[in-house]
Amino acid sequence: MSMQTVGRLSQPVVTGTSDCVTVSGSKGLLQREDLLFEVGAANQTGVDLPGLKNRSDRLGGVRRAQPLQLAGLSEPQAVRHYVRLSQKNYAIDLGLFPLGSCTMKHNPRLNEKMARLPGFANIHPLQPESSVQGGLALIDELADWLKRLTGMPAVAMSPKAGAHGELCGMLAIRKALEVRGELASRRRVLVPASAHGTNPATAIQCGFTVDEIKADARGRVDMADLELKLQQTDDIAAIMLTNPNTCGLFETDIKAIADLIHAAGGYFYCDGANFNAIVGRVRPGDLGVDAMHINLHKTFSTPHGGGGPGSGPTVLSDALAPYAPLPFVERTEAGLRLVENDCEESQHSFGRMIAFHGQMGMFVRALAYMLSHGGDGLKQVAEDAVLNANYIQVRLKTVMTPAFSGYCMHEALFSDAFTAEGVETIDIAKALIDEGYHPMTMYFPLVVHGAMLIEPTETESKQELDRFCDVMTDIAARASRGHDSLLTAPVNAPVKRLDETQAARRPVLKWQPPVNEAIAAE
Amino acid sequence: MRYLPLTDQDRRQMLATIGAASIDDFYEDVPVSARLSGAIEGLPSHQGELAVERHLSGLASRNRTADDGPFFLGGGAYRHHVPASVDMIIQRSEFLTTYTPYQPEIAQGTLQTLFEFQTQVAAMTAMDVANASMYDGSTACAEAAVMACRVTRRKKVIMSGGVHPHYAAATRLLCEAQGIEVIQLPPAIDGELDLIESVNDDTACVIGQSPNFFGTITDLSPVSEAAHANKALMVSVFTEAVSLGLVTPPGEMGADIAVGEGQSIGGALNYGGPYVGLFACKDKLVRQMPGRLCGETVDADGQRGFVLTLSTREQHIRRDKATSNICTNSGLCALAFTAHMSLLGGVGLEHLARLNHEVACDLADALGAIEGVEILTPRFFNEFAYRIPKSAGPVLEKLLAKGVVAGVQACRLLPGQGLDDVMITSATECNTPDDIAAYAAALKECLS
Repeated sequence: MSMQTVGRLSQPVVTGTSDCVTVSGSKGLLQREDLLFEVGAANQTGVDLPGLKNRSDRLGGVRRAQPLQLAGLSEPQAVRHYVRLSQKNYAIDLGLFPLGSCTMKHNPRLNEKMARLPGFANIHPLQPESSVQGGLALIDELADWLKRLTGMPAVAMSPKAGAHGELCGMLAIRKALEVRGELASRRRVLVPASAHGTNPATAIQCGFTVDEIKADARGRVDMADLELKLQQTDDIAAIMLTNPNTCGLFETDIKAIADLIHAAGGYFYCDGANFNAIVGRVRPGDLGVDAMHINLHKTFSTPHGGGGPGSGPTVLSDALAPYAPLPFVERTEAGLRLVENDCEESQHSFGRMIAFHGQMGMFVRALAYMLSHGGDGLKQVAEDAVLNANYIQVRLKTVMTPAFSGYCMHEALFSDAFTAEGVETIDIAKALIDEGYHPMTMYFPLVVHGAMLIEPTETESKQELDRFCDVMTDIAARASRGHDSLLTAPVNAPVKRLDETQAARRPVLKWQPPVNEAIAAE
Repeated sequence: MRYLPLTDQDRRQMLATIGAASIDDFYEDVPVSARLSGAIEGLPSHQGELAVERHLSGLASRNRTADDGPFFLGGGAYRHHVPASVDMIIQRSEFLTTYTPYQPEIAQGTLQTLFEFQTQVAAMTAMDVANASMYDGSTACAEAAVMACRVTRRKKVIMSGGVHPHYAAATRLLCEAQGIEVIQLPPAIDGELDLIESVNDDTACVIGQSPNFFGTITDLSPVSEAAHANKALMVSVFTEAVSLGLVTPPGEMGADIAVGEGQSIGGALNYGGPYVGLFACKDKLVRQMPGRLCGETVDADGQRGFVLTLSTREQHIRRDKATSNICTNSGLCALAFTAHMSLLGGVGLEHLARLNHEVACDLADALGAIEGVEILTPRFFNEFAYRIPKSAGPVLEKLLAKGVVAGVQACRLLPGQGLDDVMITSATECNTPDDIAAYAAALKECLS
């Protein structure tokens, strides 16, 4: 999930130097750390390699002309460099990370241990099938869980992330239309205004056009608008709908939407980013969905890793299953087989999206998570996630402005209506940083003014939730009074507000040696 | 359940605070017919760590790992030694369990490492600027092709017959969905320069690879010149990032866009993923790039800091007008890459690359001495193709039975192209002289 930044870019007011200036540039436990190119030296290396024989080469003269000028670090320098940098990051292991639509839940360490078993981490994607039967069995077992949890008959395992899963589903739809001979005429994809940015971007990547559907006053699809858009048309390819939606609400008319889109000859793509709210309680297959990606890095807790790697297996209905991408695992009497190339079983496949077979390292972690929870535990995951979000919504509803009335699913959405003139959502976010929290998702979804989307997940205790709500209550009170302290926040973070405007106007995208050093090197 | 902190008492109290009778109240919007009445069929109940570990270890033990005997498989994923400190660094909670750095004040750790990653990738590829990573090399290649079409406003892509077949497939798929024509030249061991003849004034880009799928290294400069003479872009691909320490890098060959796989540096084999896509280009193309970019700036006190920048290219701002739909990238693998690279440094990477090349030359000498073996790759880095007088697939199985993973048969990735007798094999610093001797002896037996 991406965070929107439609609010103002951060362009800080200069406040002068900070109160606590030290000679070292460090502050207590927080160590100053320069770029590795400034810390290391050009001829330094932290790896001891065997000597070279200087034998005759077979390069045919295709050799690098300019020596690679990159600083190296010894191991102690490297370890210290990254440990110091790590301490400038917020993380789930440190505290509540209520980033709505991102499902920042605890990442069990067992899963890390399992993914590092040599039998998974140290096998090559092109080994003969007979030497990787355990790996194929793991993919097959995970696929079975995903199909059962979603009530869908097929799953494509290769997509590398959520947006890549969207691409997979939409390419399957494209192929189905092509087989029907209707690809040229069915170009339009309906996308609600509240959708993730990846939805319209994916539709365009697949060569479709995007038509936006309005949201109604309840934060759901405006059925009147949808019906209007479907009237007397034969150009609909699909609808891309998130459920539960990005307002944190279950789409009450979802079955009617599925029926309408199917009657119009289109397919129903469901963005599964918010599956955590319903896993074990509702199966998308019972709602009329044709394709849905599952972010293993959300619902099934594979670590977000500072922005990936993710994994986005995509479940498919009977209507789309024949078009699933290559490769896929097939059960045969002789064992498990990997179908990698065009053949009879794959004659309708839309093709290959990636090199090799998918995010195996993520598959291991996700399966470890599923086995740990079991069917019963996964249902409890959804219920606790929804309970936690409703608890936050109720505790904050008198001090902030809930965007919609009624219960929410796994995330609580507020607008900025309660804030005083001059105070924006971004200021509340930065004030949370000073209190030791990662902010909520801000300015998303777009259908709510100054949106604040809070997703606690099920791995927070009541005590943590209460502490967060106490903090949020205080910040909200300051925001409604228009308190100045919000505008300079954060002051307790490793850096103050950063000048994003300057970064974009004059992009500096890599380190370059100081001029005199560069001349010396020549 | 060990991952769920709420107690039953908490749950009751919270429901009371909310004013809900039961958890079912929250699911009232779900259509009645879609409400599950009981447990989902066929799923086991929760289990302790020990039971889960036992089950997964059982599956893992059924796989032959790269350390279980002589191992010479490449083909786009390479077995290299990763220093122990790299895995310790990426398992730091603050890197492992954080999100995309959208709140820069509390994400300077991730942002600074991304800035360092971009600097390293730009230097290694000899390009002006690199992004903060892609999913993998194949998707980076596909994105490069569609980016070239955006830049040139043309709709034809030409690929050499040496581009990794999976990269070619991923590129064709994305291009064809967007109405872009892709012409791929027939598989050729040493055919990168054939691109020169194919480029004309409606070509958006030519895509060449060095080292290519068959291991051949080629100075692509003449291809770049031909492309530029037709106002087309040159996209240079690599699947083995260690080669950048020794072999002519894309920027020295006139490439406009360089894409490749970074798994070799800091990454495990992982049965194919997760890996890390590298993407670099010329300065003037930066605003058409896909993926995230980290840039330097200052904070309110004038201190140096880093932020994600030029986001107006991206889907979360531009939606249907974005340069790509990419959102998540490969952050933690990029961190592993940059940590490993910082340990190597420029001199270390060059040494490692030369070591790889020497081991591969020793392997080529040993295999080339076997009767019936013909080394096909004229110039190589750490991978080459050879022909045997038999079908390669069954020979690979026989070699496996003798404990040697010898490579991949070319026809596994290029079926129906008359390459049944061609093997592709790779050697790295992990291969010992004993491994090479065992491989040569086993192959000799299989061929006699």
